[in-house]
Amino acid sequence: MSVIKSSAKRQKFNIFPYILTLPTIIFVALFTAWPVILSIYKSFFLQRMNIARFREPSFIGFDNYSFLFSDPNFLQVIKNTVNYVIGTVPISIFLGFFFALLVNRKLVGRGVFRLALFHPMVLPMVSAATIWLFFFTPGYGLMNSALRVLGYTGPENWTGNPGLALLSVIIVAIWKNSGYYMIFYLAGLQKLPGDVFESAQLDGANWWQILWKITFPLLRRTTVFITTIAFIDAFRTVDHIFVLTTGGPSQASTVLLFQLWQERFENQNVGLSSAITVIFVLVLLVFTVTNYLISEKED
Amino acid sequence: MNEKAINGRLFNRVGAWLLTGLTAVIAIFWTIPVVWALVASFRPMSEPMKIGDVWFGSALTFANYERAWSLAPFGQYYINTIVIVVTILAVQLVTIVLGGFAFANYRFAGKKWIFFFILLQMMIPATALLAPNFATIRILGLYNTRLAIAIPYFGSAFGVFLMRQAFMDVPRDLVDAGTMDGCSWWQLIWHIYLPPSFPSLIAFSLSSITWHWNEFLWPLVITNSDAARPLTAGLVRFTQLGEIGAQWPLLSAATLIVIIPLLIIFLIFQRHFVESFLHTGIK
Repeated sequence: MSVIKSSAKRQKFNIFPYILTLPTIIFVALFTAWPVILSIYKSFFLQRMNIARFREPSFIGFDNYSFLFSDPNFLQVIKNTVNYVIGTVPISIFLGFFFALLVNRKLVGRGVFRLALFHPMVLPMVSAATIWLFFFTPGYGLMNSALRVLGYTGPENWTGNPGLALLSVIIVAIWKNSGYYMIFYLAGLQKLPGDVFESAQLDGANWWQILWKITFPLLRRTTVFITTIAFIDAFRTVDHIFVLTTGGPSQASTVLLFQLWQERFENQNVGLSSAITVIFVLVLLVFTVTNYLISEKED
Repeated sequence: MNEKAINGRLFNRVGAWLLTGLTAVIAIFWTIPVVWALVASFRPMSEPMKIGDVWFGSALTFANYERAWSLAPFGQYYINTIVIVVTILAVQLVTIVLGGFAFANYRFAGKKWIFFFILLQMMIPATALLAPNFATIRILGLYNTRLAIAIPYFGSAFGVFLMRQAFMDVPRDLVDAGTMDGCSWWQLIWHIYLPPSFPSLIAFSLSSITWHWNEFLWPLVITNSDAARPLTAGLVRFTQLGEIGAQWPLLSAATLIVIIPLLIIFLIFQRHFVESFLHTGIK
């Protein structure tokens, strides 16, 4: 075994650090790099496992891609995904910020309040969704009962209504994630310098001005960070869709990852699902790189 | 004190009470789902829910839990989840400590490129790659095993990154002193790098456990029998059993079987969880 004797020796070629990183390299190569390459390759082929004559892959160029972008179903899925992201990300972040302001004050039972707001984040999404399934039940479901008291007379079958199915999964995601974002804002709030607020108060600024002109701008970095994780989470979490709507009715609540699952594991369409994987990976890469550039600019 | 100041104080006080009231209302709303599930799980099966009657029944009963437990092998699901989570964490701890040590302690050709290659994993979440990874698992002959669920997570770019950061904070003098004393590489890790990096290690562990305990989609596609199925996939399968229908007390009991241990652990180690989430930014 190589023993580090001096910094001079460290300069010499040493195979040891490569051996140390090798396990990680192997797993990243096998389960991140290779699958990306494999997906790009397979996306140029027609291969469907459930149709005998299409079991063997045949090269079709960009046909999978051109099919997807002219398929009204897939365009609907893209639209749903955009709606889902717009519906969950800003509201969860806003609620996280709002909750953090509420429980950052000195108040009796602060610990209990915080716990109440962030406990959903440790629950598995599927169990959270199972509970919410009841809330959306027509008739005696709690959500409908409460809304009826408020004078609501609209459709009650939330998860089965094309206009409400996506909203149902959005509501569950907001309930689950807001408290998670709250803890990042809480940590950010506690690091803010107190004297800035004192001088602002002495200058006669009201709480609203302090909030939007001082607190929020000072928490910019926190907001950029939370936005990143919120976006990625919105793209990669579809567990609640399996429980609540299974993507329906008629695809009304199908988002990109759910469509990917369906294409590969229900329709057994290897070529098409590979193309969707490539598109999905590209979206994620563009997003993370953009976000990285933004946060670099901040520094 | 002038009148304006007194009025201002009064206003602040009333405002503070209103805000506390608002906080309480929101907090209560936020807990309703779990509280309802808890209450409903003790409701006798013979009393179906009606409009305005969805909470307590005429008595409290454990029958729903017994029935849920007998309808699906939750014990087996528990064992599977625990085996998967512990396997992942155990392997990760080894790979991330070795990787972090390599990047923090050595200079070597191509270091930057290797690091960038590993970080690819942080940009492309494993869930996005479930279709090609499914093919890989089949080739490896691991389909429908607990190992299949765990193996894609054995290397963790994020963990390597986190340990590298922690190790780089260890004073160089300390490392050099250890080297002078004749420490071997593993003694350097064990006695010099690891002790001050413990908080990072704990933070990573709690995040890893929570994340993999809750994961659903990958286990769903890579298993097809109860021998390998974890709690999450098992619960969804349970909810889809034909005989369950809209038996909410039974569904609630099954859900609570899955979440109660998690909630209790979370309540006990709340601070650690929150700190680790802050530290790692992953669930």
